[in-house]
Amino acid sequence: MQMKRWRNVWRFLPLLSVIALALTGCGNEQLTAMLPKGEGAEMQFNLMMLSLYIMIGVFVVVALIYTVVLVRFRRRGESDNEIPEQTEGNVVLEILWTVVPIILLLILAVPTVMTTFALDEGTEKVPDGATVIKVTAHQYWWEFEYPDLEVKTSQDLHIPTGERVYFELVSKDVTHSFWVPTLGGKMDTNTATENKMWLNAQEPGTYYGKCAELCGPSHALMDFKVIAQEKEDFEAWAKSMKEAGSQAASDQAAQGEEIFANSCIGCHAVGSEGGNTGPNLTNFGDRERVAGVLDHTDKNIKEWISNPSEFKPGNNMPAFGDQLNDEELDALVAYLQGLKVEE
Amino acid sequence: MSAHAYKKKNPVWDWLTTVDHKKIGILYLASGAFFFLLGGIEAILLRVQLLYPEFDFVGAETFNQLLTMHGTTMIFLAAMPLIFGFMNAIVPLQIGARDVAFPFVNSLGFWLFTAGGILLNLGWFLGGAPDAGWTGYAPLSTTSPGNGVDFYVLGLQISGIGTLIGGINFLVTIINMRAPGMTFMRMPLFTWSSFITSGLILFAFPALTIGLALLMFDRLFGSQFFAAEAGGNPIIYEHLFWIFGHPEVYILVLPAFGMFSEIIATFARKRLFGYSAMVFATALIGFLGFMVWVHHMFTVGLGPIANSIFAVATMLIAVPTGVKIFNWLFTMWGGKVSFPTANLFAVGFIPSFVLGGMTGVMLSVPPADYQYHDSYFVVAHFHYVIVGGVVFGLFAGMYYWWPKIFGTVLNEFLGKLHFWLFFIGFHLTFFPMHFLGLMGMPRRVYTYLSGQSLDEANFAATMGAFLMGLATIIMVWNIIQTSVKGKKAGNDPWDGRTLEWAISSPAPEYNFAQTPLVRGLDAWWLEKRAGNKQMVAAEPLDDIHMPDSSILPVLLSLGLFTAALSAIYSNWVLAIGGLALAALSMILRSVIDYHGYHIHKEDLPAEGREGK
Repeated sequence: MQMKRWRNVWRFLPLLSVIALALTGCGNEQLTAMLPKGEGAEMQFNLMMLSLYIMIGVFVVVALIYTVVLVRFRRRGESDNEIPEQTEGNVVLEILWTVVPIILLLILAVPTVMTTFALDEGTEKVPDGATVIKVTAHQYWWEFEYPDLEVKTSQDLHIPTGERVYFELVSKDVTHSFWVPTLGGKMDTNTATENKMWLNAQEPGTYYGKCAELCGPSHALMDFKVIAQEKEDFEAWAKSMKEAGSQAASDQAAQGEEIFANSCIGCHAVGSEGGNTGPNLTNFGDRERVAGVLDHTDKNIKEWISNPSEFKPGNNMPAFGDQLNDEELDALVAYLQGLKVEE
Repeated sequence: MSAHAYKKKNPVWDWLTTVDHKKIGILYLASGAFFFLLGGIEAILLRVQLLYPEFDFVGAETFNQLLTMHGTTMIFLAAMPLIFGFMNAIVPLQIGARDVAFPFVNSLGFWLFTAGGILLNLGWFLGGAPDAGWTGYAPLSTTSPGNGVDFYVLGLQISGIGTLIGGINFLVTIINMRAPGMTFMRMPLFTWSSFITSGLILFAFPALTIGLALLMFDRLFGSQFFAAEAGGNPIIYEHLFWIFGHPEVYILVLPAFGMFSEIIATFARKRLFGYSAMVFATALIGFLGFMVWVHHMFTVGLGPIANSIFAVATMLIAVPTGVKIFNWLFTMWGGKVSFPTANLFAVGFIPSFVLGGMTGVMLSVPPADYQYHDSYFVVAHFHYVIVGGVVFGLFAGMYYWWPKIFGTVLNEFLGKLHFWLFFIGFHLTFFPMHFLGLMGMPRRVYTYLSGQSLDEANFAATMGAFLMGLATIIMVWNIIQTSVKGKKAGNDPWDGRTLEWAISSPAPEYNFAQTPLVRGLDAWWLEKRAGNKQMVAAEPLDDIHMPDSSILPVLLSLGLFTAALSAIYSNWVLAIGGLALAALSMILRSVIDYHGYHIHKEDLPAEGREGK
């Protein structure tokens, strides 16, 4: 008997892991949905907590009855042969545990529907003067276009803070999903239809974005960044992006520019020049990550160009390790690192 | 096995041609167990890959194949056949029938499922397994290179036909083959839930059939249903998949609910509390299950009206589910509850499943789902529902009905060890995943970067998976031990309540020498309490008509298997040959008369005779 009681202690294991997780915190503050820093994320977080509180209430009731049953109504050994009363049921109880949950669900359903509509507000007819960004998802990178500002970029999404920024989302190849947990929930990017949503970052900062829909081998590596800036900083960035073009600060970089013009420009654009099948590299030198995942070092850029599939399996960029020698790669890296629009 | 083998048969031939529901049940259970172990190994490999950030174990491509095959295998090739195994082994006994309505169709269903299951897994040996997720969303599935997804499309199609005809068979069986006095409202809950599940199969599987057929046309025959550049729309596939996919969850979990209802009542030595409420709740869950598929698609962009309607419909399902939970609790209330392994799994199920239900309600809130969707929160939720509900149910059912199916009892010490390791491992694996999702980890990722606070929970989850693996090894050891030198079980080892416990263990091939007369809910329990040692017979002792065995189901399945495999490699001659074999089998089945045979009443063993 004593043994059996002790075994039940294991039932508290989930509780232990809650405590363990509470100690490690709510996650990385640039990534977690539990420390919201956007208007949408906050509305969503409030609903999460409301539903969680209601559900914890239900769980406590179930757990209480459960504990009483397991403690009080055990059969005490083989000799305990009493046949319990064969109760058929109880209509009052049945009504009680049908009606109370319905009331609880109504309490949840009303704010749910209201918030669902509130999150969709303005997406059909974007308010005048709002920033609109067209997001195009590719295997495995993100293209961001600001039609009103005539700016195109990739991987690092710049947005102004303190206002709703409206997104039009599509995909070029397979279904992806655009997710910046700290700022707001996700929206799929479909191939056949355009989706709309807004995000509103409340304070400047860098937030991590993810692709949430399985899209191929490198789905896990389809990360991007959201750089939220004060309105004037954002406008300054957009202005310099619009004016930026190819630039080479040294002889080595000039050699790299030439290589770029021969080998890369068919897919990658700098400024308004270049193709559109690969990420736009206008502000490549400003970015924190190569291809969204590698640390932004000369060495990593070189290795990436030499063999991209090693870092992002299944991606569409060909390997240049055989075509470009070490010196040419160095020159290309020097050129790319010089592509900056921020001081 | 049974003492009355009337014709000497080659055992291999016997198993290939059997139409006996009990043997088909064992076949389903054995192949389901095999695929369960396979899916489990795949799960362990997935968890090892995620043990550390940026860990290199199987790599991205293999990881996607593993995650696809883990999901597909566990749902279609493990849970479904294991459910069908129990339905076959138990439902005819519970309603006092001698077999299912269509024994031939029953056999065909099993062999089609097996053919499809093998075809699905051939990808591992022929250039790569399917890699587009168990959901097979287009355009990822239509553009996935190689033949992997072809195995998914055609393998699932073939095994899906098997499931569909199996479902129809059980509908007809339960409607038509009940013993005298076994009214609908006297049927045991496992039979009830099997009935409702069969109805769900009938309406849900055609949607999958169409979705897979469209994928097949796009992949093999150059059509453009899901190619946006040609005017196609992949969202249609998502709808078709989830119109099937959501009821599928209930197809799996309702029979498990039925098992828990039987097991909890038996081991509380009490009648099921609120029987009619339980039946109504089961039916309501089944019905509502068709109204909620869009909650898998809240982030697809269908707009706030669609999302709101499906959100409220989804919340409603919590009501009948809650009714069931409280009725189980009150079945035990006032009872004399004992805890053999079967009941440990049933009692362990309740808090585990309630947690899964809680997150289910949380997920029904679209704005919150915009955060949860496709994150590890969802992974946590559906494993709480499917492992905490279905797998616990299957384990409970295994320990409970093993004596009736095989005539021996599984070792209780090993059983309890299995339960505790599995229970702890299960929570350790899946509980932290809720937090991983909220901390921003998408599902189906083969790795995660360090420095994103995802390391500890992933490590814990992998440790839990190892514990579940260890528990499963103990279970397998228990099964081997019991098969080799298991303790013989009596006819009624648990003081059961339903008809299957009134006959010998294992059941003779004709089940009931005389069809029993059912005089109330928990028919066998009522007779025992009235002091009877046997059921009262509803008919005089007479010759028993038995169906003929047949090899045609194997040939028909082989034909479709050959056709599908050849089509994947565009070998159209062989493909037509395979279809011809299938057609020939059907024609033979139609033109040959099957008269069956009789077991003469003089040959029935004395102990099998009832009412004397």
